[in-house]
Amino acid sequence: MMEYAIDVNNLTKKFGNFTAVDNISFNVKRGEIFGFLGANGAGKTTAMRILCGLSFPTSGKGTVAGYDIATQSENIKKSIGYMSQKFSLYDDLKVWENIRLFAGIYGVPEKEIEPRTEELLKTLDFTSERNSLVSKLPLGWKQKLAFSVAIFHNPCIVFLDEPTGGVDPETRRQFWEMIYEASDRGITVFVTTHYMDEAEYCDRVSIMVDGKIEALDTPLNLKNKFRVNSMEEVFYLLARKATRNE
Amino acid sequence: MFRYLLAKEFKQFKRNEFLPRLVVMFPIMTMLIMPWVATLDIKNINVSVVDEDNTVTSRRLIEKIGSTQYFEIKERAITYGEALESMRFGDSDLIVNIPYCFEKDIVTGQGSNVFIAANAVNGTKGSMGSGYISQILESFSREILPEPASKNSDAVNISVISKYNPTLDYKKFMIPALMSIVVLMICGFLPALNIVSEKEIGTIEQINATPVKKWQFILAKLLPYWIIGLFVLSICFLISWIVYGFFPAGNFITLYTVTLAFIFAMSGLGILISNFSQTMQQAMLVMFFFMLVFNLMSGLFTPVSSMPEWAQWIAAFIPPKYFIEAMRGIYQMGVGFRDLIPQFIILLCFGFCFNLLAIVTYRKRS
Repeated sequence: MMEYAIDVNNLTKKFGNFTAVDNISFNVKRGEIFGFLGANGAGKTTAMRILCGLSFPTSGKGTVAGYDIATQSENIKKSIGYMSQKFSLYDDLKVWENIRLFAGIYGVPEKEIEPRTEELLKTLDFTSERNSLVSKLPLGWKQKLAFSVAIFHNPCIVFLDEPTGGVDPETRRQFWEMIYEASDRGITVFVTTHYMDEAEYCDRVSIMVDGKIEALDTPLNLKNKFRVNSMEEVFYLLARKATRNE
Repeated sequence: MFRYLLAKEFKQFKRNEFLPRLVVMFPIMTMLIMPWVATLDIKNINVSVVDEDNTVTSRRLIEKIGSTQYFEIKERAITYGEALESMRFGDSDLIVNIPYCFEKDIVTGQGSNVFIAANAVNGTKGSMGSGYISQILESFSREILPEPASKNSDAVNISVISKYNPTLDYKKFMIPALMSIVVLMICGFLPALNIVSEKEIGTIEQINATPVKKWQFILAKLLPYWIIGLFVLSICFLISWIVYGFFPAGNFITLYTVTLAFIFAMSGLGILISNFSQTMQQAMLVMFFFMLVFNLMSGLFTPVSSMPEWAQWIAAFIPPKYFIEAMRGIYQMGVGFRDLIPQFIILLCFGFCFNLLAIVTYRKRS
């Protein structure tokens, strides 16, 4: 078995003259919750899109779930779950229809879909909303559902792009409980966020500034290194260096 | 995997507030209204008469002109100049000038000249109008001329039989072509707009991050519209039969087979457009451009064979040209499949090219 769920070396992505991701190297261990932090425009989403096989790297090497990001993107897609920044379920499909669609796409056997859907709805306390259109759900519920759909097929890694943006604190707490549960099931979690309290929940975090990774360690070590009390302060110290404007 | 995608498309189509109504109303409105208005039959030509003779004969001629459905006597001008003025203001399309001594010249057997001036801003209207008037004058002169002369002029008898459209009904020419346009709009453009809307909403990114193959995604988008296209065509048949009593002379299997090839080609083109469009607006503008070219160059209104040679070459690369040819052939002449094999094969070729390009240019990664 491979040691790392994600292993990236000297990854760079350029758009014309603009270097969105500048020579980053890092790895994520299997089963880890990895926080991928950075200000708006630091290059987080671009880097994540490369890892998910949605974008080609300009240079650099990397593997995700043991597959090469440059040449084996379709294999990667079978082993990951992805929840994008924009809302990623179909608004005009019902809750159960969304679950069934993505389960089917990822090859969950037909006869398993139905019972596992019921089970999922029960754990989420969603059974009454089974036949609601997704467009009718409040944002927090949508996000929880989208996350559940992203890990329904038990992927090796799940990528979450700002999953808790615009969600109330209580729902965010529940969301992180779900992330821990997924992690306990052995799913590696790769998450970007703007909330520094959430960064504290991660096993390790990296902080990107202007396309480069400026720091990468456990939240505790980072706080000790910068002699501050919270991740928020660590982030300010690093993000202040940014010269790039959005 | 594919059937889940297909089920999704059907559900989304069914839940859409606009699309199901569109695919029913669009063919109905087109078939009920367009055959009446898209006509090159010239009627109600406004005539200004300058009667310098003012005799029984000249008045008989004017009456004869006014009694047809083509002409309406709008004005009796005193002078030619006055009539010209009214043409300049757009009040009359045609001036008939009956000269002084008209009756006398005819009675004395000298023959007379009637002067016709046509407003040719609209070339067709002008030439058709003066053509009709000449016919009327000819039959008029035959009526009033003494026997021997008329016998002379009838030395050669011309008789014309209109084949395939005996009543020379322009609607019968337009209906099969209008059906082609309806099918083109529904099968070519709707799936493309559907894909671009997924781009705008952002759900396409979610699909691109899954192992769904390009051809699966595209085929799932197209298949529902292929079925809808055949359904819409059937509505058109029904209307053309019930409202216009116009039934295809050829057989339905040929019709549907050729239609399938056309749908295949046009939906491929639609997907190709969607691959290069980021927004609905962009896709719509490109489609407008194609629609304009298709409408004017496919032989829908004007025969391709009367276009300049370079334009005929362009028309050769327009798929609707072949489909409209085939539709008219089947509908009006009852042409069998064997005679349509060239059109069928060309449409299939377009289909393969467009769809292949569409799959190649569809990017799951940027």
